[in-house]
Amino acid sequence: MSTSIADRVLDRITTDSGTGVLSRRRLERYKNDVLSVGNVVLGDRLGKIGVVILLFFVFMALFAPFLAPYEPAAVHRGDDGQVLRTTAPTADHPLGTTNYGEDVLSQVIMSTQVSIMVGLLAALIAVFIGSNVALVSAYYGGKVDDILMRIVDVAYGLPFLPFVIVLVFIFGTNIQNIIIVIGLILWRDSARVIRSEVLSQKQRPYVESAKAVGASDVRIMYRHIFPNVLPLVGLYMAFAVAYAVIYEASLAFLGFGDPTLWSWGQMLFQAYHSGGIRFAWWWVLPAGICIMLLVASVFFIGRSLEEITNRELRH
Amino acid sequence: MSQGMQKYVARRIGQLLVTYFVFLTLLFVIFRIAPGDPTTMYLLDGMTPEQRQEVLEDLGLNEPMHIQYVEFLRQLVALDMGHSYRYGSPVYDIVAVRFWNTILLMGPAFFISYTIGVAVGAFMGWVRGTAKEQAGVVLTLVARSSPEFWIGIVLLMVFPFGLGWFPSGGMRAPGTEVSVFYQRYFAVDFLYHMFLPLLTGVIFYMATPALLMRSSMIQVLDEDFIEIKKAEGLPEHIILYKHAARNSILPITTVIALVVGISLGGSLVIETVFSWPGMGREMVDSVQFNDYAIAQAIFFLMGSVVIFMNFVADLTYVYLDPRVKYE
Repeated sequence: MSTSIADRVLDRITTDSGTGVLSRRRLERYKNDVLSVGNVVLGDRLGKIGVVILLFFVFMALFAPFLAPYEPAAVHRGDDGQVLRTTAPTADHPLGTTNYGEDVLSQVIMSTQVSIMVGLLAALIAVFIGSNVALVSAYYGGKVDDILMRIVDVAYGLPFLPFVIVLVFIFGTNIQNIIIVIGLILWRDSARVIRSEVLSQKQRPYVESAKAVGASDVRIMYRHIFPNVLPLVGLYMAFAVAYAVIYEASLAFLGFGDPTLWSWGQMLFQAYHSGGIRFAWWWVLPAGICIMLLVASVFFIGRSLEEITNRELRH
Repeated sequence: MSQGMQKYVARRIGQLLVTYFVFLTLLFVIFRIAPGDPTTMYLLDGMTPEQRQEVLEDLGLNEPMHIQYVEFLRQLVALDMGHSYRYGSPVYDIVAVRFWNTILLMGPAFFISYTIGVAVGAFMGWVRGTAKEQAGVVLTLVARSSPEFWIGIVLLMVFPFGLGWFPSGGMRAPGTEVSVFYQRYFAVDFLYHMFLPLLTGVIFYMATPALLMRSSMIQVLDEDFIEIKKAEGLPEHIILYKHAARNSILPITTVIALVVGISLGGSLVIETVFSWPGMGREMVDSVQFNDYAIAQAIFFLMGSVVIFMNFVADLTYVYLDPRVKYE
């Protein structure tokens, strides 16, 4: 008997017979699926680097208010009482100040929250819709498949950034709308690719035998097929996080970000329009490098996931 | 053209029409739930209710929705895109010029990034398992992780602001008079202004074809005929580009439409960074200034191009690969 905490918790909430609400075997199987995906990612050098960078940003987002040395909107003044406008890094302000005399480092740290939140939530929405559409579409086939795939076609016909801008502008430039709108268009990638994988899984003998013992359609789709496409879902989750972060930053740079929150895109918007990009490297580089590192970390994780899914990249 | 193929093309055209129709309907709906009454932008303060009614009737905005919808479709077909209140001129005149400015920037960006991307991807697949490949993959992933505006800002900081090379924005030197179409684009000054925005696009968009080409190459290189060619003693570069790359290029066609869509959307960002007078920047401005007539027209144009490219890419794919079942 192993005695890890996780196992003990499992013992408490499950029944060995598998008749309870949570069957031990089923949980065990999901746990193993997730663990094996995790092992592959950590076994790959790029994947490991990606996980470390990602965890660093998640940590920064969680503890941002404690890590930031100043209030990001506070205006700082020098000894002579003059506002410190766009000053180069000093001991007090390791990344210098903005044109309004705000501390760049504090803004960079606070901005992590928006990127992490938009990245994760929009990707969850996208992958949730995408994998459900994929399962239903491929499993039932016929008319259902036709209709759902036409909807995917339309989603591909919408130019991404213009669509997001128009919708965010119509419904209001706040963070909830940005997350929902990005999620509502990113699902198309996962839907199309996971569908073709479900189509091939559907032909496998285990689906036949599940049908033979009278398993319901829902049961076959979610208990039997879904765990088998999990690595692919993980891969498209990683892509969705990357694109969500890029699009949030682009929106903010174009002036459609949530005006009440700090974000890297918004910092660059301010640096660009105030002319800071002409000389204030300390103001421009940190925000841009953070976007690049965060997105690259998820792409690195994605690369290692491809070893399991072993399929050509679709985009 | 085989019969199976004809059937496939016919069905694909049917699907194209359905997709396009849904797209147009979506366009109609989106721009009619825009903030406030869509009429407010045409109406001036201090109008009497009678005058207001007259304006509404002039514009056909008092009609029931289904009549407006039919009218909307008719106008699109006739390329009558309404009137811009901001410019005080027909939308068509404004958008037509900007459309070409965008196509002549993003078209080459797309073409060059695809060419370079495929070549780089073929090379990475060829040298798989080496440090060169690892470095290539990391660099490509980092390029793909950098949003267009960030690449643009870095280029601006290095070239115009750092070294004094290349202009920081615009499409031609101030004061240049142009009257004829070809004068506008076939000029050294134009290419000089185009260089940085073009480079921005190329860096970002080449990543997708490069990575895809790499995976495709790795699969093809495992096949027997490559071993045979090697045994025949052909030089490496011939096997690489003539035999392996040619057979790997097929899957790349499937993402052409996707990259076209992404790069058209990306024109919003690139044109904003480099003050390029194209559709993308116009779209950003017109949304900010509530000029929905222009925003709608540009959205319509971009969507049409993307949907059409999707269609062409699908047909190219089945045409190039006879093994594909027309499902």
